[in-house]
Amino acid sequence: MSTLVQGPAAPGGLRRRELMEKLTGMGFALPATLLLLTTSLAPLAVLVVMAFTDYDLGNLDFKFIGLANFGKAMTDPAFRRALWNTFMYVAIVLPLAVGLGLLVAVLVHGRKRTRSFYEVVYFLPVTSTLIAMATVWTFVLHPKLGPVNALLDALGIERQAFLSDPGLVLPTLALIGVWHLAGFNMVLFLAGLTAIPKDLYEAAEVDGCANPIDRFLTITWPLLGPTTMFVIVTTSITAFKVFDTVAVMTHGGPIGASEVLLYSIYLEGFQYFHTAYAAALTVVFLAFILVFSVIQAFVLDRRTHYG
Amino acid sequence: MKRVRRVVGLLLVHGFLLAGAAFVLLPFVWMLVTSIKPPDEIFTATLRLWPRHVAAVDNYSRALTSAPLLRFGLNGLIVCAGILVVQLLVAIPCAYALAKLRFPGRNVLFVLTLLALAIPVQVPALPLYIALANIGLLNTYVSMMVPFFLSVFAIFLLRQFFKGFPDDILQAARLDGMSELEIVWRIVVPSAWPAIAAFAVFSFVAHWNDLYWPLIVISDANLAPPPLGMMFFADAETGSNYGALTAAATILTAPLVIAFLLARRHFIAGITMTGVK
Repeated sequence: MSTLVQGPAAPGGLRRRELMEKLTGMGFALPATLLLLTTSLAPLAVLVVMAFTDYDLGNLDFKFIGLANFGKAMTDPAFRRALWNTFMYVAIVLPLAVGLGLLVAVLVHGRKRTRSFYEVVYFLPVTSTLIAMATVWTFVLHPKLGPVNALLDALGIERQAFLSDPGLVLPTLALIGVWHLAGFNMVLFLAGLTAIPKDLYEAAEVDGCANPIDRFLTITWPLLGPTTMFVIVTTSITAFKVFDTVAVMTHGGPIGASEVLLYSIYLEGFQYFHTAYAAALTVVFLAFILVFSVIQAFVLDRRTHYG
Repeated sequence: MKRVRRVVGLLLVHGFLLAGAAFVLLPFVWMLVTSIKPPDEIFTATLRLWPRHVAAVDNYSRALTSAPLLRFGLNGLIVCAGILVVQLLVAIPCAYALAKLRFPGRNVLFVLTLLALAIPVQVPALPLYIALANIGLLNTYVSMMVPFFLSVFAIFLLRQFFKGFPDDILQAARLDGMSELEIVWRIVVPSAWPAIAAFAVFSFVAHWNDLYWPLIVISDANLAPPPLGMMFFADAETGSNYGALTAAATILTAPLVIAFLLARRHFIAGITMTGVK
């Protein structure tokens, strides 16, 4: 502990040192504390209060209307659709981005000469600017000019309007989400795999566990447990916050088939300026994020103990 | 028999990995080849990878002259660098205080930090937008940076790192008459370099690619960072000129991708260490 002073020290000197340490500590923490209050906690408090009012941006005054905004949200078909779509999106992205990330990591981990090639390729979408790539995807999926439909044509399958067919648009966006996230998850899984001691595999081989699938099930999968939990939670949060591809590629359309939670909040708050209503939707959004985060806190805690 | 099985296994593994790689690379390849195709070759139904006539100069000069693409890149650089510098200046002393100093309110501050870790920027966005509008700061670089000046994540990460620093060295430095500020910047920070570099990569990638907040506070195209600039450009071109559009996408995606290819190890170490996006 830093308060322990070597050798005999006068009690007065000790007290002065303690006081100095307190002042230094508070001084060091002051800028962060001020920013925490002004850019995070105070806005959060204002947001929650606003959610119970009828304030619209530009109004001179407002009154408290209790839970009316939340009631409106519950019965608003657009919001219910957005919430449903967001969960559907997560339901598609989560298993694919985690499963493929794990599968690719396990396969890449066993490669020697080609490992860095695959690592670079699969990680590329993470570093690329999603907005720019979403624009490119729009073109890749173009019903007439895109290579995907040309391929379908060549295979004798009917051309698809991926982004303007209400039944296809959400799965299509979800696949782009998988494209964007799988490489990120692969890197996290690779780190988890590297941490598994090699002699465990040798021991398993001695014990007659020669088949790669057996080895995966008896060693890799259990030891990757904490990493897998962590990847599942971060992927859920990222997928839940889907916004970029919707804003660029579909604007929530066609007929609301790709409306998602953050896009609704953006429209209500910053396009229609229904400020209080958007605040209520944000509170709902935050509630879901907090559930994920509580799980994540437990996972992080476990990861620091065992990982 | 065993060899045959090994070869078949390898073929299956590489077959799967290469198919996945083709899916991952598809938009990149299509972006690059479209960016050098003339319009008549883009607007034909027949699929052709390499163009018969290379129109790279046309497309790229069109992209560069019809939108201030380099300006978007510069804006991104200014915003990301500004955010990162303030984040480090604020987070490093705070993380050190939380890790090594006893002061009143330390535990409360740490709990609040953990709480704030869970709050994405979309949550304080409405109140911050209203506040920035009231003090007339919309459409400025500062407005793009303000919500990110405090990185509770940096505080959390660096606190973990600083906690492991030996107390004996700090005590010896104090006895040598070094001030706490000198200790932080000259002894502790250099030792935490891997964590700081990892965080810098994380912060830069996150804010270079962020669309949500700039979309809210910026309407002046001259201030747009790359993602917002790309959006303005795509809207202005309304999909009519795919050659120029993909050329613009190439120019705006290139800086981070090139940085990644050059410093691959640091990127991957950074993502692994920070883990959170």
